[in-house]
Amino acid sequence: MSEADTPLKAHPPVSPESVEYWERCAAGKLLLQRCRTCGNVQFYPRLLCTACASDELEWLEASGSGVVKSFSIIRRAVSAAYEPDVPYVVALIELAEGPTMMSNVVDCDAEAVRIGLPVQVRFEAISDAISLPVFAPA
Amino acid sequence: MSNLSGKVAIVGAADTQVGKIPHMSATQLCIQAAKRAMDDAGITKDQVDGLVTCNSMAEPHMYHAEAMAEYLQIFPKYCVSAGAGGGTTFAVLYQAAAAIVHGICETVVISMADSLRTGLSREAAMVMQSSSGHPQYETPYGSTVPGYYALIAQAYMHEFGATPEHLAGVAVTCRNHACLHPGAQMREPITVQDVMDSRMIADPLRLLDCSLVSDGGSAVVLTSAERAKDLPHQPVYLLGAGEGHGHEHISQARSLTTSAAKESGARAYAMAGLGAKDMDLAQVYDCFTPVVLIELEDLGFCAKGEGGDFVAEGHAAIGGSLPMNTHGGLLSHSHPGNPGSMFALTETVAQLRHAAGERQVEGAETALVHAQGGILSSHCSVILGREAG
Repeated sequence: MSEADTPLKAHPPVSPESVEYWERCAAGKLLLQRCRTCGNVQFYPRLLCTACASDELEWLEASGSGVVKSFSIIRRAVSAAYEPDVPYVVALIELAEGPTMMSNVVDCDAEAVRIGLPVQVRFEAISDAISLPVFAPA
Repeated sequence: MSNLSGKVAIVGAADTQVGKIPHMSATQLCIQAAKRAMDDAGITKDQVDGLVTCNSMAEPHMYHAEAMAEYLQIFPKYCVSAGAGGGTTFAVLYQAAAAIVHGICETVVISMADSLRTGLSREAAMVMQSSSGHPQYETPYGSTVPGYYALIAQAYMHEFGATPEHLAGVAVTCRNHACLHPGAQMREPITVQDVMDSRMIADPLRLLDCSLVSDGGSAVVLTSAERAKDLPHQPVYLLGAGEGHGHEHISQARSLTTSAAKESGARAYAMAGLGAKDMDLAQVYDCFTPVVLIELEDLGFCAKGEGGDFVAEGHAAIGGSLPMNTHGGLLSHSHPGNPGSMFALTETVAQLRHAAGERQVEGAETALVHAQGGILSSHCSVILGREAG
């Protein structure tokens, strides 16, 4: 199969409120939002604070550390583009700053992943513009 | 405060054949279900002045209910195509009931069908279903729908010590019931060991923990309690209904192990003036086995964390204290996508008419039907009974 025929993974459709987030991911930084009014930290990026509805939000660079809150080992890929990765781990990561995000746990034996496993962010480029934040055992 | 309780009844109910039906389109299945339900109610299409459908994935229309009304050549006063995933069925049921009570219309057909099995390629069906993930923050990570639900299962097992055998017990109970339903897609008995031996799809969910992919359709006819008395069948009254919404995307869930079924159930019980102990049977949404355990707990049928033992001890079997999914559920009767929980509704009508044959729950007077859509996201509970209250 030539490169042109390789099926593409799902690319995030970047929106006005996420431009900064994805640009910083491409530079190897994970951004959260912090509310200037009440201090709430949230993910994913939004127009309003989910705690107090203030629109006074600022970006906060995450430490990138977290723990596995739950996970699954995908044995049957969602589409041909993901088949080479089987078995791969889809997980919910509880970040040190509080919010939870979905991600993959990479660079380890899928069978070794457990709830509570400490992990650290890293970035996987899927195109020139887009790098996905993924996590590896800390 | 006045409410809907006891004012509207289901007077007609019917299913199409389910499973692989390559010779019929999703539109034909929707129309056939509607026609059969009208026949069952003893009414003609010209008496229908409300139509509710849900869109088909295999044969979509931009304005689905309107397209079905045109196909039928009916000219309704109330026409809506609902879309809230698996929770759709019961939310539209009480919305249609409200339309009847408020004089918007008199007789509503709710008909839903799809051809997920033969109308879409396997890959197209998987991609379409997994598009329920957040397009920016979930979908790129490549989860499948079983994968999303596996996140719930893993968290539930970790928190409460539930075992794979507990999950398997749900699949076995549903299969036993499907074996008693002549129209069910899967009618070969299975054991807990069969479930444990089936291949892993997304840990900890094995093939037999996952619901079916089916073609099929199902419909009901709703009218006022007053009109229902003049129609041929025992009316099945709507006694209570309630919704609960916790999140849309699983990564944003308030809890992975307690669902908004807790709220939808409490609201439905309050409207009906009844409680979990008053239910003679329940149909609970079983897209994946762990969901059933969480719902049984959140709907008040057993304590938190005890769903697995409740099922393993036989309480959920026909003959037990709370027979559930008496037609076999999405796990063993059929699951054509969004229309899936319609079959739980038509089954409940059969049970409350005392017309469910071999699988009849003896003396069934009152039942709870529950569905959820998304990834344990949007919940709707409905309570039905033989008496208007």
